Amino acid sequence: MTLLHLEHLTKRFGGLMAVNNVSFDVPAGSIVGLIGPNGAGKTTVFNLITGNYRADNGQIVFDGRPIGSLPTHRIVALGVARTFQTIRLFQKLTALENVLAGCHCRMKSGSIAAMFQPPWQRAEEARALDKALAELRFVKLENQAMNLAENLSYGNQRLLEVARALATEPRLIILDEPAGGMNDQETARLIDTIRQIQARGVTVLLIEHDMSLVMKACEKIVVLENGAKIAEGGPREIQANPRVIEAYLGTEEE
Amino acid sequence: MKNKRWIVYLVFTALLMASPAMLNRYWTDVLNVVGLYVMLALSLNIILGHCGMFHMGHAAFYAVGAYTTAILNTTCNLPVLWLMPVSGLLAGLFALVIARPIIHLRGDYLLIVTIGFVEIVRIALINNVFGITGGANGIFGIDRPTVFGMKIRTPAQFFYLIWFFVAVTIFLFHKLEHSRFGRALNYIREDDVAAAGSGIDTAHYKLIAFVIGAVWAGFCGTLFAAKMTIIAPESFNFWESVLLFMIVLLGGRGSIPGVILGTFLVIGLPELFRQFATARMLVFGAVMIGMMIFRPEGILPPQPRAYRLDGSAEPEEAA
Ligand SMILES: Nc1ncnc2c1ncn2[C@@H]1O[C@H](COP(=O)(O)OP(=O)(O)O)[C@@H](O)[C@H]1O
Ligand SMILES: [Mg+2]
Repeated sequence: MTLLHLEHLTKRFGGLMAVNNVSFDVPAGSIVGLIGPNGAGKTTVFNLITGNYRADNGQIVFDGRPIGSLPTHRIVALGVARTFQTIRLFQKLTALENVLAGCHCRMKSGSIAAMFQPPWQRAEEARALDKALAELRFVKLENQAMNLAENLSYGNQRLLEVARALATEPRLIILDEPAGGMNDQETARLIDTIRQIQARGVTVLLIEHDMSLVMKACEKIVVLENGAKIAEGGPREIQANPRVIEAYLGTEEE
Repeated sequence: MKNKRWIVYLVFTALLMASPAMLNRYWTDVLNVVGLYVMLALSLNIILGHCGMFHMGHAAFYAVGAYTTAILNTTCNLPVLWLMPVSGLLAGLFALVIARPIIHLRGDYLLIVTIGFVEIVRIALINNVFGITGGANGIFGIDRPTVFGMKIRTPAQFFYLIWFFVAVTIFLFHKLEHSRFGRALNYIREDDVAAAGSGIDTAHYKLIAFVIGAVWAGFCGTLFAAKMTIIAPESFNFWESVLLFMIVLLGGRGSIPGVILGTFLVIGLPELFRQFATARMLVFGAVMIGMMIFRPEGILPPQPRAYRLDGSAEPEEAA
């Protein structure tokens, strides 16, 4: 079954074709990798999926429902969560409150309930707190709960973003270079975490530069170059694909 | 650490509550003005402090509240305090209408637009737009408020009335801060792209923050009209908005104790140095510049919210 379906997706920035007629599917329950040289348009594809940018052309269908014109928060509520390539945590807030941000869309209480705090509101807060702590434990950051996000190490900040995304109870999580800035040990731990996310029944779409991570973790890989899809397939197929090799060798020479 | 802070709050509250007995009418009235500004600044704190929107037109909402009370009291003879909810509601509706098209503006753009609003409101009042605002002279003959059949006249009586409402405001806003709503405003202030990406309807929350701030400014307008019995457009000029803005930044964005302290410093302190009144701007300017360089978070920045990390633990408090 297809969870996310992209069809003829196109996005221009002025004269630049950042994403050019890209189509691919993300099967439910899988881990899919989106790779390609710098500037290939990977992050732009993510921004299109989450409604940060609007596509000039093409369709984005999540779970049978077109989401291309919905605002970001509605897309999150439908079950698509993300992390950012350049870490975007709430730096001056605690790790716990960063994760509580993810719980927000599964809660109901508004400003009036906040001022008078009826029992149902307090029960909802307590549930959110439990949920947030559970997600912190999931990424093994429970002992950092009351630390400000800005005081966490780089690798831990990335994990905190993952926890925040998971707290939205997504069906699809999209990770933009989750291993960026991580050392080998942290990367190995991340691969574990990604597998555990899949085991929870959450589908994963990730962008990654670390080829060993992609080849180890992903069942399906989509390769972009200059905004266009140049290959799609399993890790072996992709590794053997001459166009992919050329694209990657090409960038290494620069 | 936590207990020490509570002792300070308790001593401060006790001193304040006893102060009308120790002060003459003039100084009691200064505290009344401070109380009004505390309430106003706390309402701006929701918009500017918690949500991070550079709103420098708060006096416009204050004016809507004060004029609503003044007009309905002088024309329909409705009791002043009963008009408080009406004034709040009208100010809130006004905010709903004007804020909707501007909340997506960023920082300095929003600042300029809101300055424009407060000036438009003032000029509209001076020009007596609907023939009901009394023009430049304003409206006079507003009734004194009555509480349980007792007419509030003396500064000491007003003191308890005003600070009662301040106390209610602190209580409710403290709860508001410690909730899903309060957190959402902070997420938006920290990074609105990340907030939206975490599932928060940023436009909605910005709008509600504006409306709550405006409703409270409307309440303050009622108290102001009742205290003065005469109101004029000049009470709601751009400078009032600047003072409120300064109080929040100086005291600490998003911090109730900070905003209260900021009000005492910005509104109360100059009264102690009346003879230097002309140097006030100079001192304010210098202090603000110093703050921005050495303590950009304000004098008393907010503490991280406390959470019970597990059933058995004490509520945690980070330093
Ligand atoms: N907001 C934007 N405005 C203009 N150009 C952009 C914008 N975002 C991305 N681009 C351009 O689009 C191209 C693809 O960028 P991006 O999707 O970030 O690549 P990748 O994530 O694959 O490295 C790049 O040339 C980049 O400069
Ligand atoms: Mg990128």
